[in-house]
Amino acid sequence: MITYLSNNSEAVLAALRQHIWLALLPVLLGFVIALPIGYLGVRVPWLYHPLVNVAGVLYSIPSLALFVFLPVVLGTKILSPLNIVVALTIYTVALLARTVADGLRSVDPLITESATAMGYRRFRRLVDVELPVALPVILAGLRVATVANISLVSVGALIGVGGLGQLFTRGFQLFYIEPILVGIILSVLLAGIADGVIVLIQRAVTPWTRFQGGRA
Amino acid sequence: MITFDDVVKVYPGGGTAVDHVSLELPTGKTTVFVGPSGCGKTTSLRMINRMISPTSGRVLIDGQDVAGQDEALLRRGIGYVIQHAGLFPHRTVLDNVATVPVLLGKTRREARTAALELLERVGLAPEFAKRYPAQLSGGQQQRVGVARALAADPPVMLMDEPFSAVDPVVREQLHREFLRLQKDLGKTIAMVTHDIDEAIKLGDVVVIFRQGGVVAQVGTPQELLADPADEFVAEFVGRDRGLRSLSFDTAAELPVLPVPAELVLDEAGRPLGWKTGADDVRPTGGTFTSADTLRLVADLAILSPVGIAVRVDADGKADGITPHHDLADYLAARRG
Amino acid sequence: MNLDYLFDAAHWDFSAGSIPQLILSHLWYVLLALAIGTVIALPIGLYIGHTGRGSFIAINAGNAGRSLPTLGLLMLMVTLLGLGLLPVLIALTVLVIPPILTSAYAGLRSLDQRVVDAARGVGMRPWQVLTRVELPMALPVLMSGFRSAALQVVATATVAAAVGLGGLGRLLIDGLAVNDYSRVLAGAIVVAVLAVLLDLVLAFAQRWIVSPGLRVSR
Repeated sequence: MITYLSNNSEAVLAALRQHIWLALLPVLLGFVIALPIGYLGVRVPWLYHPLVNVAGVLYSIPSLALFVFLPVVLGTKILSPLNIVVALTIYTVALLARTVADGLRSVDPLITESATAMGYRRFRRLVDVELPVALPVILAGLRVATVANISLVSVGALIGVGGLGQLFTRGFQLFYIEPILVGIILSVLLAGIADGVIVLIQRAVTPWTRFQGGRA
Repeated sequence: MITFDDVVKVYPGGGTAVDHVSLELPTGKTTVFVGPSGCGKTTSLRMINRMISPTSGRVLIDGQDVAGQDEALLRRGIGYVIQHAGLFPHRTVLDNVATVPVLLGKTRREARTAALELLERVGLAPEFAKRYPAQLSGGQQQRVGVARALAADPPVMLMDEPFSAVDPVVREQLHREFLRLQKDLGKTIAMVTHDIDEAIKLGDVVVIFRQGGVVAQVGTPQELLADPADEFVAEFVGRDRGLRSLSFDTAAELPVLPVPAELVLDEAGRPLGWKTGADDVRPTGGTFTSADTLRLVADLAILSPVGIAVRVDADGKADGITPHHDLADYLAARRG
Repeated sequence: MNLDYLFDAAHWDFSAGSIPQLILSHLWYVLLALAIGTVIALPIGLYIGHTGRGSFIAINAGNAGRSLPTLGLLMLMVTLLGLGLLPVLIALTVLVIPPILTSAYAGLRSLDQRVVDAARGVGMRPWQVLTRVELPMALPVLMSGFRSAALQVVATATVAAAVGLGGLGRLLIDGLAVNDYSRVLAGAIVVAVLAVLLDLVLAFAQRWIVSPGLRVSR
């Protein structure tokens, strides 16, 4: 494996770089899109169940199908990385819109009510009180979305753009185990690191959660 | 002064929560809304800061209809305390208290400095400032809740069952501090409780609601105990209201008899007990001063082995006695 | 792009490579993976949840499982074991284990401990506490884990086609190979419908096996 790595370091690094941005850009985009959608699911109560159902159906579309399918809808080239980015953004939105809605719904009504009674207007209450209190739930969803995206990117290799996934197809075609192993290890490591980074961010921005649970 | 002018609240389902209520809550006093659950007391409270809008009628603060005012600005000028305090879990105690001043445009630093002083006022040591609500006990959270409501020094405070989520010992303590604080601050307070004892203890004026959002009686605690308007109020204030009404008067004017020989005293003149036989001295069961309540005197007369309450002076020296029949005569004469 | 392929009657006989036949083989992979995965993950999850020993594994199994790239695992297995059903099953089973294990654990842990205490208090043995009290009460959480595992496997089983096996992935891979997007679309739709239907069946099963007493507070 070491020899494989040293002989192909550039190709592996290029695959890794592509993998990182193919996986993380959709997380960012999806998060930004999911916030208002999730908020709507709380603000307009009858939208919540349709939102959950649509998200569920979107999530059950196989990634391979979506990857293959998007070029036709978007008019992009089949080898365009844009297909992967859009597909993974859709999954991220499907996952996070529900998480954002659930997070906001999990905020104790007593807390929102006392914020209102103290004179918060709706938008500032959302930003100052509801979102911060919902943050632990939202960040937990972000961890899931990030890790899932990192492992999903490789499926893109079946249509020619898949970051580390290309190491899988190469190894598979050559019946050669090293690139596959290297790809799996790097992908898992990447997911672990990304997950760890989010956990660190979560610790830094939600210091109060460390004291909860002991007392009601 | 807060005025309810023929206020009605009907919910879409058809239930009447508040039924033609007209009230005046005097400035600088504590008015307590009390009644069984579903009697409209909380709905009434929440109409003061427009958390609920009346179906008809008006609520006025110092003559100004609240309906005409900007909701958020109105609420920033009214302190609000609720059961379980409703503290923001993601903010430290200090920043919780600083909330409204910051909303009103104070810098965070100014607001925090003021908040620190307030914490002391409600009996919390400065080291609590940096903690999060989850690190506090229920009683401490409730104190922070009160400090937060006071932070912008609002003339009006609304308190919705503020002390019902803590255990009796802590509640007792919070009651004492509430009375001390209110004596200093003289806020116009509207408070909701389902506990008539709490209402009588904390209220300058008590409003008793009955089912259907109707006011059954308004009055000072003394008036309610002495003269309940109807069967419902009498039932609600409790069977021992006669005894409890004695809490509002001191024994200053209660006549006493000279100390008899049967009361055994020590060298300093302090009572040791009643001589009930040749060698038999039984403890008095306690003493009262002229500043104590008549309720204590009655209690002592009942507890005493000979049916006589013993009065002492500031030094603890026995200076008079009141037998239970004298107390009964005094109370009867007082009623006229 | 159109729905011609999906609605062409010729693709709905039961011949090899027809849509019904692909659905069956797809379902076969899914059910096998779910069955094997449950047999492995459920006891472990219940053991950890019941005893509290090894919680670390249960908490992290979910994320660790998600981070494994299924395509890589599949190709690794095929490279190691050769073509066939076994490598596909291994890859899919690895996918099934984490959500079931984690939800079995979470289901037991989230129980009101007073109820478990009461069960012990009335004289139940540990086995009885587990099977008569903890398991029935943990079922809603457990079922939601099982359902998400099922959804994932239905979607992921399509990659079996990438290593030459059947299943609905055939429509995607073969359609792509010959630029027949109508076939790709047919594959995507059938998989999504299959996933939704399976979830509905499981939702009904859940209603049926979960005590109505637990349904009230949801």
